[in-house]
Amino acid sequence: MKQKLMATALAAAMVAGPALADLTVVDTSYRTGPYAANGIPFSDGYQDYFTLLNERDGGIGGEKINLVECETGYNTEKGVECYEATKGEGGGALVYQPLSTGITYQLIPKATADGIPLHTMGYGRTSAKNGAVFKWVFNYPANYWDGASHAITHILNENGGDISGRKIALVYHNSAYGKEPIRTLEELSKKHGFELTLLPVDHPGQEQKSQWLQIRREKPDNVIMWGWGVMNQVAIQEAVNIRFPMDQFIGIWWSGSENDVKAAGDKADGYKALAFHNLGDDYPVYDDIQEYVVDSGNAAGAGDQIGTVLYNRGMYAAMLAAEAIKTAQEMHGTATINAAQMRDGMENLEMTEEKMAALGLPNFGPEFSVSCENHGGNGFGAVSQWNAEAGEFELITDYYQSDQEIISMLVAEDSAAFAAENGIEPGC
Amino acid sequence: MFYREAGDFKTSYTDDSQTFPIKFDRYRYYAVLVAAFAVVPLVIDDYWVNAVFLPFLIYAIAAIGLNILVGYCGQVSLGTGGFMAVGAYAVYKLMTSFPEVSIFFHVILAGGITAAVCVLFGLPSLRIKGFYLAVATLAAQFFLVWLFNRVPWFYNYSASGQISAPERTIAGVPITGAETAPWAAYLFCLVFVTASALIARNLTRGMAGRKWMAIRDMDIAAEIIGVNPLKAKLSAFAVSGFFVGISGALFFAVYLGAVEVGEAFGINKSFLVLFMVIIGGLGSIFGSFAGAAFLVLLPVLLKNTLVGTLGWPTDLAAHLELMIVGSLIIVFLVAEPHGLAQLWRVAKEKLRLWPFPH
Repeated sequence: MKQKLMATALAAAMVAGPALADLTVVDTSYRTGPYAANGIPFSDGYQDYFTLLNERDGGIGGEKINLVECETGYNTEKGVECYEATKGEGGGALVYQPLSTGITYQLIPKATADGIPLHTMGYGRTSAKNGAVFKWVFNYPANYWDGASHAITHILNENGGDISGRKIALVYHNSAYGKEPIRTLEELSKKHGFELTLLPVDHPGQEQKSQWLQIRREKPDNVIMWGWGVMNQVAIQEAVNIRFPMDQFIGIWWSGSENDVKAAGDKADGYKALAFHNLGDDYPVYDDIQEYVVDSGNAAGAGDQIGTVLYNRGMYAAMLAAEAIKTAQEMHGTATINAAQMRDGMENLEMTEEKMAALGLPNFGPEFSVSCENHGGNGFGAVSQWNAEAGEFELITDYYQSDQEIISMLVAEDSAAFAAENGIEPGC
Repeated sequence: MFYREAGDFKTSYTDDSQTFPIKFDRYRYYAVLVAAFAVVPLVIDDYWVNAVFLPFLIYAIAAIGLNILVGYCGQVSLGTGGFMAVGAYAVYKLMTSFPEVSIFFHVILAGGITAAVCVLFGLPSLRIKGFYLAVATLAAQFFLVWLFNRVPWFYNYSASGQISAPERTIAGVPITGAETAPWAAYLFCLVFVTASALIARNLTRGMAGRKWMAIRDMDIAAEIIGVNPLKAKLSAFAVSGFFVGISGALFFAVYLGAVEVGEAFGINKSFLVLFMVIIGGLGSIFGSFAGAAFLVLLPVLLKNTLVGTLGWPTDLAAHLELMIVGSLIIVFLVAEPHGLAQLWRVAKEKLRLWPFPH
């Protein structure tokens, strides 16, 4: 045992090489395990965008981006190990994008103590929207509670504004992630008078026969899904098997990528999923990615994910991080920013249509601005639908805002509870 | 040469039956203790404590606990993950209900609560044996995880169903929460590991341990010579549950800080701890440490070597890591079915005769 410890010590000492004073961004990816199918495209998009900035513009503000990848396997223990291993890398990591609600919960206190911002884009702890309490956590441009409200609003619009007495079932990953929307849906069911059924699916989600049997028996009018990884594929396949009408089946944005629906074949046609950014690869930035990243052989992973929904999302996350870095550089007048300056950049981030068009991503995401009180953006989202023949998701609505009345109440409530529990004095 | 009994005279029974009868072994043991308590805390940093030491120490306690049940008493259990969850949720409820009581006592109480739960699920062991008992404890694993997911009282009605450890201090030094200094978390766990190992070692070589081993080797024969199987089996479940509960409590409160029951205490955890016990060596306290070290440190070491030093892609390294650890398990078990502890024993035996083996 002693020898082994010493061997570990030696190996780790060798690993801790010289640090480079670049802009260090950590990609806590998962390319293995039951969630790899979703983790790979996101990570590829995240890395490729930074590679593009390095290759085309020589980094951001003249500083190269040092991208560090660490494999978490969607496992919280490995996530902690990754965080501790990478937080000091290259003069200090600027921002973490864990892409796992479990790891996010883990990192919120740690990153707050260490002073490193977390960006949990469309996942994580929803009440982190309240920046007065969660100083270091950002979840713009949309969060789970927005998503829950988007789904209900969409059902409302489809049914002429009246869904009282309708039966809506929530099929969710039985974890912190899947439980997030329940409170909001309960509030919304009170407001709109629909009946809510909760159907938890245990990790990793390969076994869902009993849940779908229950759906077959109770015949809900709509099914909303909060799934991730292999759970999505299985759920959509099961829905096809019981001939559930696919256009009444709405997934959260994490349940709406190509590899979730393709397994079910043509029958999955019409499946809907929420989105908070645009889809497809018809944007000028993709020409640059082709030229500077793919053709030069620098693409992350196998390079076969470009243009998929989750690739776009990863790229969008990287783009928002890069814009925050730019904002921070302008604010502090230095190219080599640190994590605290990065936080300021994120808190003053403003995404406008002109900015996105200039980046080669016109009409890609909603406009929003971040402030100290609001770390979560304005809660705009849209609905996309799977077209099996064309093999792609298409947006079928415009961006619309979530029910801010209910969500801001819930955010205030939950963040106040967190502040009380942890002795945080809210303030901007 | 230096590793022998010769010249080391024992004049009392106490001396003769001590854990480390050879002088060299004894001093090595003291040296390890001094290093662990006095040297490591001075040099330890965040990475070392969170990636290496805490998981190793905490899994070592869990492995000691399971070793008592499986290795010493012969009752196969697949419920370790569930029992660790009991410890974690017990300490969480205690921490949030009685914030004025020291976390130290909460952890011990959590062990006690887990012991009670473990005895309850150990009751079937009086009628069923072997694989059938493994299946019965598997039921405990699934039931407990389901229970903690299902009943909101256990997670204080939080919206996400996660439990997160609030900050608790001992003598003003934070032990749980984000502000914990690496040395404080490390020392806190080290105290529990040392105490657990000492208690387990002394239990297993005393009357209780002999009864367990009698039951393990042949329960009917044990009953005939006067061992009460009810008491022996249930006491093994209780002691095992106590240690597993403590490890679960530390795992949640000190190591992770926030836990989701399905992910942190799923069936994988049960298997992981069982593998530690089997690879380390059934019926050996040292084996529990060796097994925990093997399964906690080796993946970290491999990852650091493959990704950090050689610069390989992270996914390739993660897949290779599984293959290397898996094949090493097979190689070890083929070479020495009694685990690392037996290898260590053989090595010591050879060392005694060195340099003149017969």
